[in-house]
Amino acid sequence: MNRLLIKGGRVIDPASGIDGLFDVYAVGGKIAAVKPNLSTPAPDSQSDGWNIIDATGLIVCSGFIDMHTHLREPGYEYKETIKTGTMAAAAGGFTSIACMANTNPVNDNASVARYILKKAAEEGAVNVFPVGAISKELKGETLAEIGELKDSGCVALSDDGRPIVNSGFMRLAMEYAKLFNFLIISHCEDTGLAPDGVMNEGFISTKLGLRGIPNAKEDIMVARDIALAELTGGRLHIAHISTKGAVELVRNAKQRGLLNISAEAAPHHFTLTDEAVMGYNTNAKMNPPLRAKTDIDAIKIGLKDGTIDAIATDHAPQNIDEKDVEFDKAANGIIGLETALPLSLRLVDEGVVSLNTLVEKLSANPAKILGLSTKGSLANGKDADITIVDLNMEWVVDVKKLKSKSKNTPFNGWRMKGMASKTIVAGKVVYEG
Amino acid sequence: MRLKRKDILTIEDLGRDEIELILSTAESFKEVSDREIKKVPTLRGRTIINLFYEASTRTRTSFEIAAKRMSADAINISASSSSAVKGETLKDTAKNLEAMSPDCIVLRHPSSGTPQILSRLLRCSVINAGDGTHEHPSQALLDLLTVKQRLGKIQGLKIAIIGDILHSRVARSNIYGFAKLGAEVNIAGPPTMMPCEIEKTGCRAFNRIEDAIKDADVIMMLRIQLERQKTGLFPTAREYSQLFGLDSKKLEYAKKNVVILHPGPVNRGIEISSDVADGKYSLILEQVKNGVAVRMALFYLLMGGARE
Repeated sequence: MNRLLIKGGRVIDPASGIDGLFDVYAVGGKIAAVKPNLSTPAPDSQSDGWNIIDATGLIVCSGFIDMHTHLREPGYEYKETIKTGTMAAAAGGFTSIACMANTNPVNDNASVARYILKKAAEEGAVNVFPVGAISKELKGETLAEIGELKDSGCVALSDDGRPIVNSGFMRLAMEYAKLFNFLIISHCEDTGLAPDGVMNEGFISTKLGLRGIPNAKEDIMVARDIALAELTGGRLHIAHISTKGAVELVRNAKQRGLLNISAEAAPHHFTLTDEAVMGYNTNAKMNPPLRAKTDIDAIKIGLKDGTIDAIATDHAPQNIDEKDVEFDKAANGIIGLETALPLSLRLVDEGVVSLNTLVEKLSANPAKILGLSTKGSLANGKDADITIVDLNMEWVVDVKKLKSKSKNTPFNGWRMKGMASKTIVAGKVVYEG
Repeated sequence: MRLKRKDILTIEDLGRDEIELILSTAESFKEVSDREIKKVPTLRGRTIINLFYEASTRTRTSFEIAAKRMSADAINISASSSSAVKGETLKDTAKNLEAMSPDCIVLRHPSSGTPQILSRLLRCSVINAGDGTHEHPSQALLDLLTVKQRLGKIQGLKIAIIGDILHSRVARSNIYGFAKLGAEVNIAGPPTMMPCEIEKTGCRAFNRIEDAIKDADVIMMLRIQLERQKTGLFPTAREYSQLFGLDSKKLEYAKKNVVILHPGPVNRGIEISSDVADGKYSLILEQVKNGVAVRMALFYLLMGGARE
C-alpha cells in the first residue's frame, strides 16, 4: 500500500476551509490526514512504499481539474493522444481532465466512451473523464444514447465545437438529461450570425480585412440557453465564456436564483485581446475568438464575484499543417494545459482573486459541477489527487519543451511565474517540475 | 535610390516619404509607355512571378507589362493552372517557386494577410496585388498618382470613397494613402457595407452619398462585389443604384472640376452611370495607364540598381 507524506507546505483546500502550514498524509491513494507536524516514519520503514515530499515554501492543494480538454483520440492522433494529452495535463498541474466528444468517431455511444477510459487507464498520466455527445455525430438532430453514456462513465454532455442550433432540440436534450442529472455543457454560438467570421469583430478585424465575429453571436445563444435552463430545470454549464454580455447574462441568471447554471472561462480569454491576431497570427485564432479589453475586464470581474465558477483550458491541439496556412483557412484552437496555471496566477498577482479562490476555480468547483464527489478536496477519504505549486518559479514557455503533441500556442516565449512542482494522482507522483 | 524594404505589402505601413518616392519614380517611368520602343533595360536578368489566386485582367496584365517594359522576365501563374488545384499549400507553392530564384513574387490571393505570411517565408521581394478584403497597395498608389497629376497635389483635397467599403481592399489602401498625403477622406455606403470602427483608419463615414461627396475634389466609386457577397447586403441592384449610384444629378453636390475614379471592373448602371463613367470628369482610363507606371516604379525601387 503506497503511503505519501507531504511535509511543510502551505495547504490550501477551500473545499474544507483549510489554509495554513500542514502536512498531508495519504494512504492507498486516499487522503488520511491533514495536520500540522505529522510524524515522519523511521528511516528503515521508508523503503516500504513510503514517499516523503518536502513542500517547504510551496503550495499544496487538491489536484486541478480541467473540465474542457480536447484529447483528439480516437481519430486525430496526429494532433494529440490520450497519452500525450494527459502528460501535458500532468505538467500543467492537472490531475483530472474532462475530454470533449468531438473525436472521430464522435463519443456519442458507450463503445467510444469505454475505449477512451480503457486507453486512459492504460496510458494516461492523469484521470480522464469523457464528456459524451448530446446528439448523434454532433449533428444536433437526434439524441445520443444518453443513458448508456452515463453508464459507461461520461460525466457531462456536450456537442462542444458546435452549438445546438435548434432551440427545440436543445430543450429536448436538457429535459432528457434531467433523467440522469446530466450536466449539459453548451458551446454558445448563433451560427446564422456572421457565419464566416474568423476573429473578433472590431477595429483589428477591419484593419486586417478579416471577417469579424460580433459578441452578439455568443450573447444570443447564452441568453437562449439560460431561458431553456429556466424552462426545463436542466443543468447548464456555459463553456469558454468570452464576452462581457455573456458574463452579465450568467450573473443575472444566478442573481435570479437559477442554481442550475454555471460557467467557465479559459485563460486566453482573460489574458489576450484580439490584438494578438496582428500579423495574421494563426496561433491567436480560436472559437470563441480573442475579444476586447472590456471583455477581459468583465471576465475578471465575473471570476471575482463568482459569476464564472471555473477556469478551463479549452486545450485544442492542432497540427502545424493546420495552422501554418492562410489565416481564414487555419484551424481554430490553442493548446492550454501547460500554460493555464501561470496565466491564472497572474489574476492573483493583479489582485483579481485570492489564491484560495483560484484553487476553488481550478479544483473544488469543477469537481462539484462535474459531480466528481471524491475529488476537488483534501478532506479525509478523498482521492489523493494533489497539485504542489511553486508560486515563485520563473520560466519561459518553449514550445519544443511542451509535452503536448501539438505546439499551437500564442504564449511561446512568454515569461511565466509559477508552475506545478509536483502533480500527484491517487497518491503517486506523475509529474515533477 | 531604392526603398529600404524587401516587400510592398500594405499602404498602412508605408511612410509618406516612401509613397512620395514611389509616385515621383512612377512619373518618370510614365514616358516609357509613350515611346515607340516601350522598353528600358533596367531590370534585365531579373525574374518576376505573378502568382494570381484570383481572377484578374487589369492588375495582372498591368504587372506583366510593367515587368516586361523594365526588361525583366515575367512569368504568370494562376491558381487554376497551378498545383493549387492538386491541393498544394500556398507555403509549398511559394517555397518551390523560390527554389527557382525569382527576384520578386507578385501575389494576389482571396485570403487577407497571405502576402504578409509569404513575405516572412521568402527571401525574395513580395508585392501585394490585392489580398482578400485587406489591401491593394498598387491600386491606391496609381489612384494617388492619377489625382496628383490632374489636380497638382493631394494635400488638402477632399476625397469621397463610395460603395462596399466592407469588402473593399481598394478602399482600405486608399483611405490610408490619401490620409497620409494630407487629404481629407470621406466614405459612404449602406450600413451593411461599413466595417466596424472604420473611422479609426483616418476617415469620416457617412450613410448618404450626398453627404460624403459634398464639395469633394475626388469621387472614387467602388465596384459592387457581387462575388464576395454571400447574403444580399442591399435589396436589389436597382435600389442600390438609386441610393448610392453616381449619376450626373448626384454629381452636382461635388466641386465643379471633380475627378472621378473607379478601380474597375465597372458595373455600368449600378454604382456609376455610363454618362458619368465616360464623361469628362472620369479618369478611369488614366488610372489604368498610370497603373503600369506605378508598378514599374515598384519593381525598380525594390530591385533596381545594385544589389545590396
